[in-house]
Amino acid sequence: MKSVEQTAPRSVEAGEKTDAVSSLRSSLSLVDIGSLPVILGLIVIAIIFQIANPNFLSPLNLTNLMVQISAVGTMSVGIVLVLLIGEIDLSVGAVSGFCASIMAVLSVKNNVPTPLAIGAGVLTGAAIGLLQGFWFAKLHVPSFVVTLAGFLGWQGALLYALGSTGTINLNDALIVGLANYRLPVWLGWLLGILFVGLYAFGIVQNRRQRAHANMHVDSLTMMIGRVALMAVGVLAAIALMSVNRSFTDVPIQGVPSAVLIFIGFIVVFDFITKRTQFGRYVFAVGGNADAARRAGINVERIRIVVFVLGSTLAACGGILAGSRLLAVNQSSGSGDILLNSIAAAVIGGTSLFGGRGSTWAALLGALVIGSISNGMDLLALSSSIKFMVTGAVLLLAVTLDAYARSRREASGRS
Amino acid sequence: MSATERKPILEMHGISKRFGAVQALSDVDFEVYLGEVLGLVGDNGAGKSTLIKIISGAYHADAGHYLFDGREVAVNSPRDATALGIETVYQDLALCDNLDVVANLYLGRERTRTLIPGLVKIIEEIPMEQEANRIVSELHIRIPSIRSQVASLSGGQRQSAAVSRAVMWNSKVVLLDEPTAALGVEQTHQVKELIRRLRDRGLGVVVISHNLADVFDVCDRIIVLRLGKRGATFQTNTTNAEQVVAAITGAEFGVTDNGKDKTPDNASHSDR
Repeated sequence: MKSVEQTAPRSVEAGEKTDAVSSLRSSLSLVDIGSLPVILGLIVIAIIFQIANPNFLSPLNLTNLMVQISAVGTMSVGIVLVLLIGEIDLSVGAVSGFCASIMAVLSVKNNVPTPLAIGAGVLTGAAIGLLQGFWFAKLHVPSFVVTLAGFLGWQGALLYALGSTGTINLNDALIVGLANYRLPVWLGWLLGILFVGLYAFGIVQNRRQRAHANMHVDSLTMMIGRVALMAVGVLAAIALMSVNRSFTDVPIQGVPSAVLIFIGFIVVFDFITKRTQFGRYVFAVGGNADAARRAGINVERIRIVVFVLGSTLAACGGILAGSRLLAVNQSSGSGDILLNSIAAAVIGGTSLFGGRGSTWAALLGALVIGSISNGMDLLALSSSIKFMVTGAVLLLAVTLDAYARSRREASGRS
Repeated sequence: MSATERKPILEMHGISKRFGAVQALSDVDFEVYLGEVLGLVGDNGAGKSTLIKIISGAYHADAGHYLFDGREVAVNSPRDATALGIETVYQDLALCDNLDVVANLYLGRERTRTLIPGLVKIIEEIPMEQEANRIVSELHIRIPSIRSQVASLSGGQRQSAAVSRAVMWNSKVVLLDEPTAALGVEQTHQVKELIRRLRDRGLGVVVISHNLADVFDVCDRIIVLRLGKRGATFQTNTTNAEQVVAAITGAEFGVTDNGKDKTPDNASHSDR
């Protein structure tokens, strides 16, 4: 979940006191410190709603919650990437709706083979990202303005694509299955164990290489702690989704495909941002674009690619949403979807000021927003309260970010 | 000094540069030798920054010759300069605060291995960290950890990190723009120590500074620019601050243009 190479600060002297300090720091850095407040917040939210309604933490509700957040969460992964380079994409909601409508129109109205229709929807997203990214990076129009125009324009394009039909119902097995298919229980476990195994292998391998190169390595307890934490988290989630959650005689169990796709995007883009050269450049552009340019990095190219990825993920989110709701209509991608996907990224700990964050923020933030919305639905509270509470949580998260930033600046100058 | 008997590593002859109506540099010569610290001083608008940007490839001179290691070279971009082994540390240091020291040292030149040809390159952190550790310990730079974010470093540590980046690529000449401008006493001392170590490693170091005390402390030779022209050249061990100030302001024998008596102290303020 966190970068493998991040180590606790080396203690220069081997005094008892520094040992104690560094071991304290090590245990803290077991979990990304930046995401600690969010995790605590999630626990508080869970306790409150569980007290108010004992169904909140039931396997059925938690699995539903995960499916509910998958579409917005996928879009939020794209937002994380855009925020990492210090920009914003306000068009993701409209793009998600428009791309889903492209898929729906091609598949339902024009009888295009389903995989092609899905591919066309995703490619439309990529093309939109290319256009908006080019407009921003090459023509130097602020991303805020370019994507605000996109926000309006692609909404219009959605209405145009749907034409007089209004709502297109989706019943193609593949499209519906994208979000609603449930993996066989054994496959869920297999994937989970494989993932934990790969994670552990990566950590062990890195540790061995570092030891071989006579470099500082984290303590063994620390390493085992990390793997154990990841194993418990992943396997508990799979166990939860593998329980039969049905109230009737027809069993409902297994990891929903929407969740798998969402988590898959997070893992892939976590790897890309943290381990590849492209990812390093994304952080560099977000941290100091001028320095990146002087270091020979093609800043414009990085910006364009990030906008392409952001819009492509928006398209994927829109297609997932259409699949889950079995329809694409004029309101697809509108409403609070845009704001929720941005709020999720920020609440999860991605800085609005660029250069700091992780794709896992999309999961954490989407869980916070999703839990609030889901819990209030369980309590039958009106959406007015839902909006106000979500707004307050967002404000709190951004305040924390701004506070952390001013602290960093203060300490960086001294 | 023995420097005068050797051939310069970097020579500029007859450099001129005009920005619209402003003649920033006219017919300027410049030279720096390996194993010396050269101070480049001058009043605001004397052309120091323009000259440095021409050397580092950010600007292209209107006229003049650029010689490196005795051969005429064409330097049309910062990349050309770095390819020759000329590195510039700008006043803003050009560091990414959100990345750690290793990532900054290697920014734009990461060691990678290809995972998917033409698409995915994985960063090889271990050799990068080893090499970074080596250079940092060779230069006796004190930072908490080379894996700490640059944002958490002090001003002197940041300057040291930026200098390390400049010298770790087999560079021959390092240009430092106001390296001590924003630093406290102890950090200034550390950076000056670092500059001396660069000289001892055989590099040619060019220091642009407004602080004459620092220039005298660390430089072997001083070149004065005045109104876009090459002024006097001094050996620091055979001159004093009054002479240098006089050359900067254009006054003879301590009498300045505006009649005020200038000492290095009140000439040392930063203009930015």
